[in-house]
This record gives sequence, structure tokens and C-alpha cells, in this order.
Amino acid sequence: MDKQKQQEAYRDYVKWKTPVHNLPLNMAKAFVTGGTICLLGQMILNKCEAMGLDQDVCGSVTSVSLILLSVLLTGWNLYPRIAKWGGAGALVPITGFANSVAAPAIEYKKEGQVMGIGCKIFTIAGPVILYGVFTSWVLGGLYWIWEAAR
Amino acid sequence: MMGDERIKGKVREAVQTGAQTKVQTGAQSLSFVNAPFLSCAASVTGKKEGEGPLGRLFDHVSGDDLFGENTWEAAESAMQKLACSLTLQKAGRKASEIRYLFGGDLLRQGTATSQGVEGFDIPMFGLYGACSTAGEALALAAMSVAAGYGERMLAVTSSHFGSAEKEFRFPLGYANQRPLSAHWTVTGSGAFLVTAGAEQSANIPGDAGTGQSAAMPGQVKISGVTVGKIVDFGLKDSQNMGACMAPAACDTILQNFRDFGRGPEDYTRIITGDLGHIGQSILFDLMQDNGYDIRGNHLDCGMLIFDQETQDTHSGGSGCGCAAVTLASYIYPKLRNGEWERVLFVPTGALLSTVIYNEGASVPGIAHAIILEHAAPGR
Repeated sequence: MDKQKQQEAYRDYVKWKTPVHNLPLNMAKAFVTGGTICLLGQMILNKCEAMGLDQDVCGSVTSVSLILLSVLLTGWNLYPRIAKWGGAGALVPITGFANSVAAPAIEYKKEGQVMGIGCKIFTIAGPVILYGVFTSWVLGGLYWIWEAAR
Repeated sequence: MMGDERIKGKVREAVQTGAQTKVQTGAQSLSFVNAPFLSCAASVTGKKEGEGPLGRLFDHVSGDDLFGENTWEAAESAMQKLACSLTLQKAGRKASEIRYLFGGDLLRQGTATSQGVEGFDIPMFGLYGACSTAGEALALAAMSVAAGYGERMLAVTSSHFGSAEKEFRFPLGYANQRPLSAHWTVTGSGAFLVTAGAEQSANIPGDAGTGQSAAMPGQVKISGVTVGKIVDFGLKDSQNMGACMAPAACDTILQNFRDFGRGPEDYTRIITGDLGHIGQSILFDLMQDNGYDIRGNHLDCGMLIFDQETQDTHSGGSGCGCAAVTLASYIYPKLRNGEWERVLFVPTGALLSTVIYNEGASVPGIAHAIILEHAAPGR
């Protein structure tokens, strides 16, 4: 018990001692970065619409373009720099997700197509996919019950 | 005849107990009667380390962090191999003249070492003490020489930013924001020759090093060691290793003071391995709580090797290579030429694995202290 208290005291002390990123500044940078990526997406979407493409196709083209851009920037080692500055602004959009798949693919390529890329490509994105699918399944179920009860 | 044997036995016993009380000092330390020499040292680093404050002191700085290999792991092994070769070359020794090798790294199953030193054909011990391995290897090498188990031992450790990130954190291309308390793993390897007698070492012509060793008068002795215990303050943040290791560093330094009846004033410098900026300030506080002020003569290899402001390394450098290359390039020459009289070298390690960390285990620390002393030439 005494040791536990000592450990808690040390944890509090370390927390007080350790500097952290400036939150308001980080939020401002995330806003600019995330906003820029979304603006880029909107520009692609508008361009597609101006070309007279179908609404669904326009959305897909936008997503795929942003993913391609992110993967290329990851390969050129530029995306980590954007995220270092922009934080969650670079991580939350679809480009961040693409980076989290491309980065392991590059890193683990040397361990082989199956054991390397195959097994490890989703080491970071895996949880997002699993719990994303699971959450949509639960919400779908709830929606179905809601509709049935109406 | 029987009587003779009995007397001989008694003398042997008396000598042994006498020697034991002399060598075994306090609860955790050894002070060597015939102190072994740290005869030669060599350092090999990557590009970023070469651009740091100690850059021009390293024996070999590679512009290519892959060291001509295909993988980070093979690159780390190549560094170890090069560090060992350079040490042997400087000392003018062949691998066959080395009795045992003590080596370690941060990778799973210590493969950077086994792959790196394989070609030398030296009987070896693979060690793991996280970033404290440089201290562990030097302590064991010195103990083995002092005990008469061999004339010459080689100690080598390494770490590589690429292989360590992959092992402990994320793939290099993954975009994230590192916390300010995070360390930057040093890409480097340091090798050391520990010998029973004083041996000359020469500089290698045309080498990137500054050639201090050739001109350096005097020798460096390993006069004693304090072997550290595992110290766990229950911290669970692997991204704040300085705070995880500072209690261990404090514990070992205090034990060294107790065992030898010394204080901070008895050491020209007390140099920890890789506590970094945050760990150092915690160590100062912990030492202060125990009645010692080491602010005046403390240095940390993790803070020396990178420029925190310009190199974006947050809390400082870390890894088995951090303490090793700093000792080889910066501390060792100062001891050789007598600028520093006595240094307490305390490599620190955070004992974690990604598996037990994810399972909720805390990150304990360990630190070993090596007493390095300047010895006048010809001794």
C-alpha cells in the first residue's frame, strides 16, 4: 500500500515535471492542416462535378485521389513531416489512414510479401478497421430496431 | 607432507579472503586490486549523430544510415563489425588475441550483435541491459580481466534508430507527433578493448577521427564497478524513458557513494547514459532529496550527442549506442590526456518490451556504474 502511494506520488511528480505540447497551438495547427486537406478534397470534388460526373463517382474520385497523394507523400517521407507539424489535422482525414497502411507496407516489405507486407500491413490501421466495422454493425442493428418499432 | 599441504591451504584461504574483502567493496561494488585498462575505443555512427555536437570526434560517420546493407538490422550489425574492427586496428591486435567478447544491442534476441561479431570468431557473451548494456559489457569485461580469465576482452554495443523504432514503436514512415519527453535512438556502435596491462593504441591514418589516441599521454584504468539493481517506481510511460531510468541512476550512484565512501566531489564528472533533459532534472531532484548536489559535475550522454534545439531530438539521445559512442569519442580522450581525473560512467537502461508494455507492466530501470580513472603513462 505504502509502495503504491510512493508510486502514485512519483507519477504525479513526473507528470508535473514533463513538458507537453502546447494544446491551443497544436489545435490551431491541426485546424489549418485538416482544413487544407479538406479544401483540397472539395476542389477535386468540384472539378469532378464541373466535368459532369455522377455524384457517387465524384466522391470516389476525391477519396482515391487523396489516398494516392498520401501514399506518395509517405513514400517520399514527406507525410510524417506534415503530421509532425499538423498533428491530428493530418491523422484524422482519409490521408492519415492511407499513411498508416502505406508506412508498414514500406517498412515490412523486407520481411517478405506474405509474412512482411501481408501480415503486418494493417498493424496500425487494423484496430480502426475492426472497431469501425463493428461500430457500424452495432449502429445498423440499432437503426433496424428503431425502424421496426416505429 | 600433510602439514605442508595444510599450511598451503591456510595461506591460500587467507589470501583469498584478504583479496575478497579488498575487491568486494560495500554491498554492490568491486574495486580491482590490479585495475584493468581501457586500452582502446572506437565509435561508428550514422548521419544525424555526425551532424551533432560530437560529430567530428567519431571515428567513422556514415553518410548512409543503411551502411550499404538492405535492412536496418543488417546495418546495425555492420556498425558493430566496423566498431570492433576499428578498435582492433587502433590497438594493433588481431581478433585471435581477444579472449572473450561481451556484446549487446536492443533488438529481439540480440541479433545485431550475433550477426555483427560472428566473423571475428571470438568466444562471446550476448548481453541485454537495454541502454545500460555498455555499462554491463564493460563491467563484465573488466571483471573477467581483473580475475585473470584473459589478457584482453572486447566490449561492444550498438543501437540503430531504424531498427529500434521498428522494434519498439512504429514503422518509420508512420506519421505521428512524438511527445516532448520522447528520446531519439542513437544510430551508433562503440567498441572497447579492456586489457590487463597498459597497451598502446594508434590512430588509423586517413580515418574520420581526430586522432586523439595517438597523441594522448596516459592511460585509462577501470578501477571499480558498481553493479546496479532493477529499480521500479511504477511508471508506465515508455515515451518518457528518462523518468523511468532516473530512479535507477540515482540508486546506483548513491550505492557507489556508500560503497566507496565517496561523494560527488570525488569525481571529476558523473556521466549518465541517456536520461535526457527530463531524466536529468529528475535525477537532480532525487539526489537532492538524498542530500547530494551533482548539478556541478553531471553530464548525460543523451544530452551531449544531439543538439536539442536544432536536431529536434526532444528529450535527448538514447539506445545502447548512445553511451558507448559518447564514451569512446568524448569521455575517453579526456581521461586519457588527464583533463579529467576520475569519471563515474553510469549507462542507464529502461527494461521494457512491447509485449509486457501492452499487457500493462511498468517500465523499470537499471544502471551500472563504471569508475574510470586517468593513469599516468608508463604505469
